Formats: sequence, C-alpha cells, structure tokens
Amino acid sequence: MIAVQHLRKEYGTSRGPVLALLDIDFGVAEGEFVAIVGPSGCGKSTLLKILAGLLPATAGEVRLRSVAVTGPRRDVGFVFQSPVLFPWRTVLDNVLLPADVQRLGREKTRQTALDLLALVGLSGFEQRYPWELSGGMQQRVAITRSLIHNPALLLMDEPFGALDAMTRETMNLELQRIWLERRKTVLFVTHSIAEAVFLADRILVMTPRPGRLLDNVDVDLPRPRGPEVIGAPEFGAVVRRIRAHFNARTAIEA
Amino acid sequence: MTSVRKSALRALLFVASLALWEAAVRILKVPAFILPPPSAIGAALVRGAASGIYLQHFFVTLAETLLGFALGSTVAFVLGMALAASPLTEYFLYPYIVMFQSMPKVALAPLVVVWFGLGLTSKVVSAALIAFFPLLVNTVVGLRSADEDRVDLMRSLGATQLQIFWMLRLPSALSFIMAGLEVAIVFSLVGAIVAEFVGAEAGLGMLIQSRNFSMDVAGEFAVLFILAAMGLALNAVLAAIRRRVLFWDPSQKAASAASLKGGL
Repeated sequence: MIAVQHLRKEYGTSRGPVLALLDIDFGVAEGEFVAIVGPSGCGKSTLLKILAGLLPATAGEVRLRSVAVTGPRRDVGFVFQSPVLFPWRTVLDNVLLPADVQRLGREKTRQTALDLLALVGLSGFEQRYPWELSGGMQQRVAITRSLIHNPALLLMDEPFGALDAMTRETMNLELQRIWLERRKTVLFVTHSIAEAVFLADRILVMTPRPGRLLDNVDVDLPRPRGPEVIGAPEFGAVVRRIRAHFNARTAIEA
Repeated sequence: MTSVRKSALRALLFVASLALWEAAVRILKVPAFILPPPSAIGAALVRGAASGIYLQHFFVTLAETLLGFALGSTVAFVLGMALAASPLTEYFLYPYIVMFQSMPKVALAPLVVVWFGLGLTSKVVSAALIAFFPLLVNTVVGLRSADEDRVDLMRSLGATQLQIFWMLRLPSALSFIMAGLEVAIVFSLVGAIVAEFVGAEAGLGMLIQSRNFSMDVAGEFAVLFILAAMGLALNAVLAAIRRRVLFWDPSQKAASAASLKGGL
C-alpha cells in the first residue's frame, strides 16, 4: 500500500538547510493500522504531509499503491490535529466538502454522508453548524469528512491531541470501531505511546533532529480492544519497550 | 437594567441634551448665525421638508453616494483579488498604491470636478476614489487570511486554485470585506459632499454651501442632520447585510467596532 524508501527532507531556512527527516524506510500493508510515535519536532507531521503530496521530498521516494507521489491525490483522506471545519458550512455540508471538490455529485454521496454521521453518532446534527458542537464532536465530523470520498488511505495527524483525556479515550474506542467496520489503511501520528499501542497493529518509533525511524513494534493484542486492554501485560510490555527508546535518549542528552 | 428601561433612558438623555442646548443658547444669548437653538433647526427641517427641497437634493446626493460606492468597491474588489492572487502584480502596483493611499483623496476633488464637470459624474468619481481604499486593503488582507490548515485540507483533496478561492479564500475574506464595505459607504458620502462643495448644481453638499453663504446656519444644521441620518442609515443597511452573511463569524461584533474607527 505504502512504500517509503530513503526519504529525506530538508527545509531551507535563513540559517541554512535544516534536516527534518533522514533515511526513512518503511512499508504499510493494505488495511493495516500503523501508528507513528515520537516527541514533538521529530518530523512526524512533515512525513504525513509528504505522504499526502502536500510537501515535496528532498530525496527518496514515496509510492502509494505502486504509484509515486508527486502531488495531492484524491484517494487519500487527511485528518488534522484541529477539526479544520468550515464555519459557514453545516455539519452535513462540511462532510460533503470532498464530494464538492472532487465533483462526486451531492445526490450520490449524501446517503453515504448520513450513514457515516450515524456511524460516528452524529445523527440529528446534520444541519447544525460546527461552532454549535463540542471539540470531540467536531473532530468526529472531521473524521467523517475524511471518509466520504472513500479514500484508500487515511492519514491522521494527532487527531485527538487537542481533546481532553476522557474525550480522547472515547474517540480512540470510536476510531477503532470505525476502522473495524471500514478497514481503511490508516497511518496515525501521535505523541501518546498509550494511544498508539491501543489503536495500532504496528508502531513506528521516531526520534527527533533529524527525524529517523528507531524501531518497528508489532502489537499483538486481539481486537476489538476495550478499555481493559490497558491493564494487559502485553500492553505494558509494548509501552515499556517504546518508552525505553525515549528514556535512553533523554539520558544521553542530559 | 432591562432593555426597555435602557432605551427609555437613552431617549430621555437625548431630549435632555437638546433641552440643555436650547436653554444655553437662549440664556447666553448666542447669535443664531453662530449656533442656532434646536427649535430653529427643527423649524428649518420642517420648512424644507414641506417645500420638498430636501427630498430633491437628498436623492441627488444619495445617487452620487451609491453609484460612487458601487464603482469604488467594484474596482477595489477586483484589484484586491488581483493583488492577493499574484505577488508579481503586487510588486509592480504596490508603489503606486502606497503613494495614492498616503495622499489625502479629498485634495483631488477640484481636479475631478475640472475633469468631469459640475454634474453627477464628478461626484461619483470623487466618491469612488475615497471609498476605494478601505475595501482594497481589506480585500487583500482578507483573501490572504485563510487558515493554512484549511488550505492544506483543500489541497490534499486535489482542489484547484479556483476551487480554493471560491470555497475557502472568499468566504474567509468576507468578514474583512464586509468591514471594508461599511467604511467605504460612509467614505463615499464624504467624497460626494466634498465634490459638491467644489462645484455642483444640486445635492445636500451644495445646499450646505449656499446656506452658508446666506448665513442660514439653522438651515445648514438641518442639512447636516439629514446627512448624518443618511450616513447612519447606509451603514445600518450594510451592518444588517453583514450580520446575515456572516452569521457564522464570532468576530463580527469586532468588525463593526473596526468600521466605526474608520471615520474621516
């Protein structure tokens, strides 16, 4: 599904080039849920933007379904940290934005939109405006919007990072439920190790300056995972393995 | 305080200040050609309204203002789009714009009257010139104010530049554009009146000047009152449109405050 090879990204700044990503190599299989964890500034978001075709890579190659990424593609859904809704559009119209942009026909996509809104528990809110909803509900609208054009790949850039801890837990359960139902390939960026372990089949661990892949951890927890999985020994083992990378680095830096 | 009591108090305050004015002018024996009492201004208003003289000049000035507003804002909007769309356009036009902006536009009115004559055209051009700037600046700033994440979202969906403009940049700019229009309408009125001062055959500005020459100060105040009411009404119409168009914008209260600061 995704093949990333020798990816490198430099930013030109007034003080010369800054290396954001160095030698990134990984692959993601069709239908897989992969999380990328790393501290702030490790280039996670940059990586996602390159995959979405929003930023050019300095060197290396990204292929989606064996086609090299050279610009934005229509079969990718993107979810940002903030909901990025348009306040002048109703919830339904926000969800239909990709259909409007890609001229998919409102009549054809309208039922899909209503079904998806029901799936995320927003039935009855179709004609409301984003500013009438809570943060968690807004992010659910954003997730619905990212699914409306039936993308092959879902890129999520810390989608629950701005939510409070309790809403975040609910949203993790919701996302898992949606994923189990729709089976999209998901690449999910987060700085929460627990969130990554809870959601993902596999976790890529990144380190900052320059952003590099440090580890590739499989999560063998049965699905659907409930809140109780956090107490499972396997869960704790994976969390400890990932945390060890960051603790070791902090020790070196300190 | 309830809103009924508040508005009653406001009306009372207005009446009280008129009474104070009347009393002060009478007690201090201020000559009527310096400051006429409100009763004389009221009488002048009634007299003029009965003779129909205000109505005729009112519509002349209103037409000048609205046509100038339409012309000035259309040109400003189109030019604003061009400037926002291309940095190259901005690079070449910016020096002229800054030069033109730093100049007091009312100083152009005599020239405009020489070029376009004593009739309607010179007033429309003068109004357009003055109304032009607030909208130009606001259009450029507004069109560039679109949230970067929203632009990224549109791009990630494969949107064309034209789609990004219509679906995102223009709606994002609306609060700026509406604030610019509210300033522009009041500025248009200023432009029309200034051109009437320089030379005109009709209009409320011309009426003010002719009354000034004949020392009819109460009559002058009456026209000023009509002009204030006109400016207020035009602004209120635009504010009502803004509230309808920008029902989703939490900052629209701030926008109306900004437009008040723009008075000349």
